[in-house]
Amino acid sequence: MKKYILISAKLTLVFIILCCVIYPLILSGVGKLTPGKGKGETLVVDGKVVGYANVGQKFDKDIYFWGRPSAVNYNAAGSGGSNKGPSNPDYLKDVQTKIDTFLTHHPGVKKEDIPAELVTCSGSGLDPDLSPAAVKIQIRRVAAARRMSEVVLTELIEKQTERPFLGLFGPSKVNVLKLNIALDKLNKS
Amino acid sequence: MNTEILGIIASFLITILLAFPLGKYIARVFSGEKTFTDFLNPFERRIFRWCHVDPAKGMNWKEFLKAMLTINLLWLVYAFVLLLFQGHLPLNPDGNPDMTPDLTFNTAISFLVNCNLQDYSGETGVTYLTQLFVITFLQFVSAATGIACLIALFNGLKQKTTTNLGNFWVIFTKTITRILLPLCLIMAVLLAFNGTPTSFDGKDTITTLQGDTVQVSRGPAAGMIAIKHLGTNGGGWFGANSAHPLENPNYFTNMLEIVSQTLIPVALLFAMGWYIRRKKFAYIVFGIMTVGMLVLLIPTVISEVHGNPEISRLGVSQATGAMEGKEVRIGPAASGYWSIITTIISTGSVNSMHDSSMPVSGLMQMLGMLINAFYGGDGVGFLNYYIYIIIAVFISGLMVGRTPEFMGHKVEAREVKIAALVTLLSAFVVKGFTALAAYYFVHHPNADWAVKPSGWLNNPGYHGFSEMLYQYTSCNANNGSGFEGLADNNPFWNITAGLALLAGRYLPMIGPVAIGGLLAGKKYIPESSGTLKVDSFTFGIMTFAVIIIITALSYFPPLILGPVAEYFSMH
Repeated sequence: MKKYILISAKLTLVFIILCCVIYPLILSGVGKLTPGKGKGETLVVDGKVVGYANVGQKFDKDIYFWGRPSAVNYNAAGSGGSNKGPSNPDYLKDVQTKIDTFLTHHPGVKKEDIPAELVTCSGSGLDPDLSPAAVKIQIRRVAAARRMSEVVLTELIEKQTERPFLGLFGPSKVNVLKLNIALDKLNKS
Repeated sequence: MNTEILGIIASFLITILLAFPLGKYIARVFSGEKTFTDFLNPFERRIFRWCHVDPAKGMNWKEFLKAMLTINLLWLVYAFVLLLFQGHLPLNPDGNPDMTPDLTFNTAISFLVNCNLQDYSGETGVTYLTQLFVITFLQFVSAATGIACLIALFNGLKQKTTTNLGNFWVIFTKTITRILLPLCLIMAVLLAFNGTPTSFDGKDTITTLQGDTVQVSRGPAAGMIAIKHLGTNGGGWFGANSAHPLENPNYFTNMLEIVSQTLIPVALLFAMGWYIRRKKFAYIVFGIMTVGMLVLLIPTVISEVHGNPEISRLGVSQATGAMEGKEVRIGPAASGYWSIITTIISTGSVNSMHDSSMPVSGLMQMLGMLINAFYGGDGVGFLNYYIYIIIAVFISGLMVGRTPEFMGHKVEAREVKIAALVTLLSAFVVKGFTALAAYYFVHHPNADWAVKPSGWLNNPGYHGFSEMLYQYTSCNANNGSGFEGLADNNPFWNITAGLALLAGRYLPMIGPVAIGGLLAGKKYIPESSGTLKVDSFTFGIMTFAVIIIITALSYFPPLILGPVAEYFSMH
């Protein structure tokens, strides 16, 4: 028994060094070669960091396209979903409120055209993306707030749409933060 | 065809394509044949010499289990101490506090047993030191423990009569140096280049485009995310696990993570074919497991893509399926596929919030964990399946009136008793604890835990019951996913779940190794015309039937009270 304990202790030490010291150090070295230098890829406007490319942000001003509702209010110090069950009556009331709010801000939009992703919380609370349909439905509001033409915005969305991986796998999507940065740039010039 | 469905099919096919050569490689590593990683030989020899391990010395099943349990006990103590005092230790840039004793109890056990149930949130509950030295460490060694026990079983099946199941220390060491570490390095680098952080910098504070101030949690996550999948562990760096956009940044990483968690369990089946020289047996087991997976998968994907009928009734469009708790870049099809893979394989990582899944999906996820043998976790998957095989052999033997045999060894009362005990125990743990929790919820809603029982559930009615059932199912299967609405960081849940975790790990691992050792020690009986052919299609179906019957008999009532009742209340 004593022999087993001694071997266990020594072997444990070996793998602590291998898996908890050497392995992460190699990776943090390799990480320095990646686009974000291993710290997460940031987006910069006028020399100022305005966000992380992959982490969603809250947009509620009329001049911006809005992202998905978030259970953590887009504070990336934490993360998480609503964890509401599909049949929970309080949850369904909450979704109804979100639909009503959306309709108030988007006069002329028909309820049956609202994509569910705009009235349901994402899994992480930090979802950076929307489907193209969920962006396009906001065009009229943004165009009115910025006094831009809807055609220009449609073209911009087209340009910002990321196709499925290799053109074959997964959904098409639009990164809301990147779209809004491009929108600001377009509006300024 | 729809690109989301195509994504699932491609993920599965890539898994098989990679598992095949990997299986062959694993078989060569453990049978001591030449491999391209033999340059590690001198390094491993040095480890063995320093640890006073004689690699040539075999172990019988009792010695093997003693070694396994000794080192596991040591890790438990080690993890417990570090977590309890993490707030006072270095590498804590975010200033996170010590864990409470009950949370430490739960977390240390949870990672030791390869479950990775998390009653804390990664951003606030642990430090970089404990993420690496406890969480990541246990993710490596617990996966290697499972694989080592499986190789011991293979060693018993390989020879006609033997008491030697191999040397635990050697198999364990080689599992990490030859399989887990190299694969993890490749995967972590791929993740890093797709945006997963690797640096030791703490939280960042930024001003967003429209002027809000928020913080962004980071840390050396890529390495841990690689082993959490390859080791079928599942515990996330961030609270939202692989739904988090830094933990799973795009569709490519989503495919990578889902392929990597399926890879080793499937490769081990192929490895078995080569290692014990019964390829047909391995392929049939793989085939039956795949059928089982599809039976759970297809209804799940259909119901997720179809959307929530209650939301349809509110009148909005669900063109992209049920989106509550899901991410746009992943979509409902790949979320559904992941939710089944992660539950049949005991990974327990999530890329969507299972609590918000449709009732059919919730049912399939729970069935995946209750059966726990369709591919299954690293090593332990086939160990669980082996128990079903022993029962199937026994029942087949009764049906034809002969003494049951498995691969040339008589299966007698002692082995069947162990197998029965293992199966009965899970049913007892899952239902017993769920009943206890339901009792406290109803009769002592104001009992003085950190969270009063009346505040445990995030959802009322049938779904609330499912939250409690799911928790113990996940613990017993060493899965680690959860209906995360459950308020589980309090003494009641931390302690009862911790006990369920222990029961769900060690008996199902000790049982098959013991049976394997007992059988291998018996006289070999050559095959005759009356021998039950275990590598036949008929026997495969028989095993499948045994799995269905045992699961249905054990778990029908609680599943009716939870997800099934919820389904009918919505349709």
